[in-house]
Amino acid sequence: MHRVPIARIPIGVTAGQVAFGLMLLFFVVGPFVIYPVFLMKVMCFALFACAFNLLIGYGGLLSFGHAMFLGTAGYVSAHAAKSWGLTPELAILCGTGAAALLGAVTGTLAIRRRGIYFAMITLALAQMMYFLFLKTPFTGGEDGIQAVPRGHLFGLIDLSNVNAMYAVVLVIFLAGFLFIYRVIHSPFGRVLAAIREHEPRSTSLGYDTDRYKLLAFVLSAAISGLAGATKALVFQLASLTDVHWTMSGEVVLMALLGGLGTVFGPVVGAFIVVGMQNYLAHLGGWVTVVQGAIFVVCVLTFRRGIVGEVARAFRKSL
Amino acid sequence: MDTVFGVPTQALLGQLLIGLINGSFYALLSLGLAVIFGLLNIINFAHGALYMMGAFCTYLLLNKLGLGYWWALLISPLVVGTIGMLIERLMLSRLYKLDHLYGLLLTFGLALVIQGLFRNEFGATGLPYAIPSQLQGARDLGFMFLPNYRAWVIVASLAVCVLTWLIIEKTKLGSYLRAATENPSLVQAFGINVPRMITLTYGFGVGLAAFAGVMAAPIYQVNPLMGADMIIVVFAVVVIGGMGSILGSILTGFGLGIIEGLTKVFYPEASNTVIFIIMAIVLLVKPAGLFGQR
Repeated sequence: MHRVPIARIPIGVTAGQVAFGLMLLFFVVGPFVIYPVFLMKVMCFALFACAFNLLIGYGGLLSFGHAMFLGTAGYVSAHAAKSWGLTPELAILCGTGAAALLGAVTGTLAIRRRGIYFAMITLALAQMMYFLFLKTPFTGGEDGIQAVPRGHLFGLIDLSNVNAMYAVVLVIFLAGFLFIYRVIHSPFGRVLAAIREHEPRSTSLGYDTDRYKLLAFVLSAAISGLAGATKALVFQLASLTDVHWTMSGEVVLMALLGGLGTVFGPVVGAFIVVGMQNYLAHLGGWVTVVQGAIFVVCVLTFRRGIVGEVARAFRKSL
Repeated sequence: MDTVFGVPTQALLGQLLIGLINGSFYALLSLGLAVIFGLLNIINFAHGALYMMGAFCTYLLLNKLGLGYWWALLISPLVVGTIGMLIERLMLSRLYKLDHLYGLLLTFGLALVIQGLFRNEFGATGLPYAIPSQLQGARDLGFMFLPNYRAWVIVASLAVCVLTWLIIEKTKLGSYLRAATENPSLVQAFGINVPRMITLTYGFGVGLAAFAGVMAAPIYQVNPLMGADMIIVVFAVVVIGGMGSILGSILTGFGLGIIEGLTKVFYPEASNTVIFIIMAIVLLVKPAGLFGQR
């Protein structure tokens, strides 16, 4: 059947590249129009949601405990920057490393079960981490770690300057985003998708599926950690909110709303969810109700998510 | 004999009792989850929220209609069960052909909505609910004081658990249910209305959660978030026990409640985490769960 393309795009440029250009433009021009701290928050959560999406969208593994990576990295990097006096890049590296390590341990346990059990196990392990952080002295309990110094990048650039901080967050976000894109389109990513579609067949083709799943889990945890560590420096705060199960639910919502298994979906989802929290804050408790309702509507009516539906309308892969 | 391993016997027995109470709730909730999962292949994330609704229903029956605890024990599970059946008919029934994860996501969203609505209406602080007059007081067992209400909770939950087990394993209705769990289309071909059975099963599982909620109302305060933390622990219980066996869910629920209670005596720092640690160990040793088949 002959199909009429809805949008004509110059030869040699893919829809994905156009979308990437638009996203880049938005985040570069954005701070001149929108409050920069809000955009930094969006980028941190967008990276977090992209990392989460790597696991569910391309590996078919629904983690309901991703807050533990965001929160752990936040605590570790905040502690490194405040108590050890490390420079921001080292603090972020510490946080990311801690999240990757936690990912290796929890991943080893979680991948022993599939599907629904996997979701329940990750949720339970994250709850355990929540209680650990609640009790451990270095996290400051209910207060969290406050007044974390942003410090000087490489000992040179003062990050208390909003513009400098913004540039750093933008670079980290783009690097993380492109890394995930690369992973998805690498041979490793293809094998991961094959495992998602038909695990026994992948095993029969000689792939050690557990190793692939574990690696995907660790990568996702590490990038979530990168997002969490950066967020801790931006807000100069690491708190229990970031390890609570509601945070794990929020990142699921971001990816689902934007579009599971789409490259740009989590970014769009993060923008909407963070925007909703910021601009609907006066509604108080209703924000939770609205979020829950979005979950229900998404699952019942548009499971592809916003970007998934757009991509379908334009018959492009985004 | 005033101490056991250096712990006063009174404290030990007291915590053991609290452990048994918590175990009763774990057992009732994980039993409901297992029954629902067996037939619907959905993990009901809203289970905690519906448990909370059971408690609130009890509270409202007393304060709006003047109906006491015993009425609530009957009415709350029916009301919440009916709400559950509506949820199943209107929403969950559209998801059966999809990946099971969508059921989890949908019920998670429902849990957020329900908890959010109740918190907006009643605030986040707990509302007190008095122990019914017939069950107030305590009896002296010689070695400890046993509050009557707590004894009732343990006995009643055990009775309901055993009754559920008997219905599923020993009655004709239960045999239909087990058959439909194995192969729904074949059972349908024999002329049994499987969709209606699914609806009733969901209503029943949810009713069990509400029943637990009614019994919890006088022990814990009635609080919009009372189900949220509970459900995560119950998930861990379900992972430990495996959802293959009804009796397994009951045993695991009570057993873990007791272990949690004992941890409070011997190493209180770990009392919140001990169930998760056991889950991790079980995953390493027997990934399918203690009573799981797969």
